[in-house]
Amino acid sequence: MDHLTIAPIVLPMLAGIAMILIGDRWRGATVALGLASCLGLVVLAVLLLGLADAPVVRVYRLGDWPALFGIVLVLDRLSALMLLLVAILGAAAFTFSLARWHRAGPNFHPLFQFQLMGLNGAFLTGDLFNLFVFFEVMLAASYGLALHGSGTARVRAGLHYIIVNLVASLLFLVGVSVIYGISGTLNMADLAMRMRNVAPEDRALLEAGAAILGIAFLTKAAMWPLGFWLSPTYAAASTPAAAVLSILSKVGIYAVLRVWLLLFGTDAGESIGFGGTLITLGGLATIAFGSIAVLATQNLSRLAGASVMVSSGTLLAAIGTGQVAATAGALFYLTTSVLAIGAFFLLIELVERGREVGADVLAVTREAFGSGEEEEEDEEDEVGVVIPGSLAILGFAFLTCTLLLAGLPPLSGFLAKFAILSPLLGAGPVPALSWVLLGALVLSGLAAVVAMLRAGIEVFWASPARRTPAIRVIEIAPIGLLLLLCVALSAGAGPVMRYMQDTAQALHAPGGYLGGVLAAPPAERVR
Amino acid sequence: MELVLSLAIGVLAGSGIWLLLRPRTFQVIIGLSLLSYAVNLFIFSTGGLRTGAAAILEKGEMGTLARYADPLPQALVLTAIVIGFATTALLLVVLLAARGLTGTDHVDGRERDR
Repeated sequence: MDHLTIAPIVLPMLAGIAMILIGDRWRGATVALGLASCLGLVVLAVLLLGLADAPVVRVYRLGDWPALFGIVLVLDRLSALMLLLVAILGAAAFTFSLARWHRAGPNFHPLFQFQLMGLNGAFLTGDLFNLFVFFEVMLAASYGLALHGSGTARVRAGLHYIIVNLVASLLFLVGVSVIYGISGTLNMADLAMRMRNVAPEDRALLEAGAAILGIAFLTKAAMWPLGFWLSPTYAAASTPAAAVLSILSKVGIYAVLRVWLLLFGTDAGESIGFGGTLITLGGLATIAFGSIAVLATQNLSRLAGASVMVSSGTLLAAIGTGQVAATAGALFYLTTSVLAIGAFFLLIELVERGREVGADVLAVTREAFGSGEEEEEDEEDEVGVVIPGSLAILGFAFLTCTLLLAGLPPLSGFLAKFAILSPLLGAGPVPALSWVLLGALVLSGLAAVVAMLRAGIEVFWASPARRTPAIRVIEIAPIGLLLLLCVALSAGAGPVMRYMQDTAQALHAPGGYLGGVLAAPPAERVR
Repeated sequence: MELVLSLAIGVLAGSGIWLLLRPRTFQVIIGLSLLSYAVNLFIFSTGGLRTGAAAILEKGEMGTLARYADPLPQALVLTAIVIGFATTALLLVVLLAARGLTGTDHVDGRERDR
């Protein structure tokens, strides 16, 4: 059996453990280890993406137990896509953090690695309970990262974040155990097979269990009215942590995609499409709430948080329609928005640096944690390479982010929205809900343009920075890379869209997934 | 036994939720603990309630759930307890930090002026 499938979990885990053992004594070694792990993950994810782009899913059985008894990891197109997104965003945020943030508090590096491990595990696992376990690994690390740098605002927002997520985890457990109590299995593929044969009197209870599970996922995805925790937490978190946290909400989306389409897809008997309309309506409400939040806020970090909500809402609304082509569009949108929002979160700090507001917060945290010796060293560092015309570069990056987040042509944000809407408004009578979705997407784009332009004018024109912000290459490079990837997505939209369509097909007709996981166990060994 | 267990779960969950909605952090953390006890008991009960069933198979027996207690919920509940314990401990630290930094133990509000 090839062990490549489990490598994205093992690599950051080992790196994290090694970092804890090394401790803060050799910071150079820790940084090198972190860089190696992040780059290794990107390479692994690209390899796995190549392998996953096939009709057969790759299944990794831990301990070589058959899927029904043991723990399985499943790599299909969707998992591979999410792995790649995590790896890219992780590498970008990590590189960014090396400029200064990684010194703002203890144990940043191991937490970051465990965060990546939890995310990768959640995307790879093939059964519900391990999904819970990896959710918890991911959340535990994210609690640490959200509090990284400390300070009143972070602790306050972090407290809310932790409580909300603990409650959501309890709901997750209730949902999982109801489903287990009725179906007698936790393996997602096996569960999907058993959906057909659920006794009529148990069906309502099973659906209730799935609904409770859905609430846990949708809390993570920040669907209205479950997402009020998101904006304050992300706005308070340190910059690289916020960039990584922004993909956590996509884990909720992933879980909905995976579990909902598997359990209530074509094989579900009487429960086909259970709750789909609700997901769409919830998504629409989230878009509305997020757009109002986008318009209402003056603070760039909160603007980014609200954009995360809008993107979650758009995804949920598109997925809830239950159409293959719309799901493909949603996947394209997901890719774009993860990269764009990640870049935007990183960009905010650089933009605000000239305005002294962000600098104040940073100074406070560094006062609390940095020792005198380090500060001297930093002074040298901070002179760094001052990029000529750094404001121009920042302005250009900001503009690109605006185009991407608002979904304006010619960049991939527009293509993604188009890919979601065009199948919904295709041939035949168009249901009213699709028109509402069209309106919501266009209006949310408008709200994003208005808010971003207002913020951009405020930052770059109306109150020009008192001093030109000194930006180091190591800080602007990850942002540039993320935005370049978005441009590449726009240019190479054809092949990417083909991949997304295959992914959506496989999600809506999960024969390959079920067959791959439940296939006959490996040949009996002679004892 | 079903009645006793369901009552226990119900009472724990009910008090947990009530405490969870209270304004102070200590009440919230106790509420979360009670709620997690309720959930753990609930997970345990999904394996079916039986008295005196063997924990594992006897030698040479057929593997059927009629003969022994379902081990999976027990494994699940063990994992859930460990994870719940760790996250509650973490929350306790954050709670203390919040108390120290903000000077109030309100989750989301401020002290009423006396």
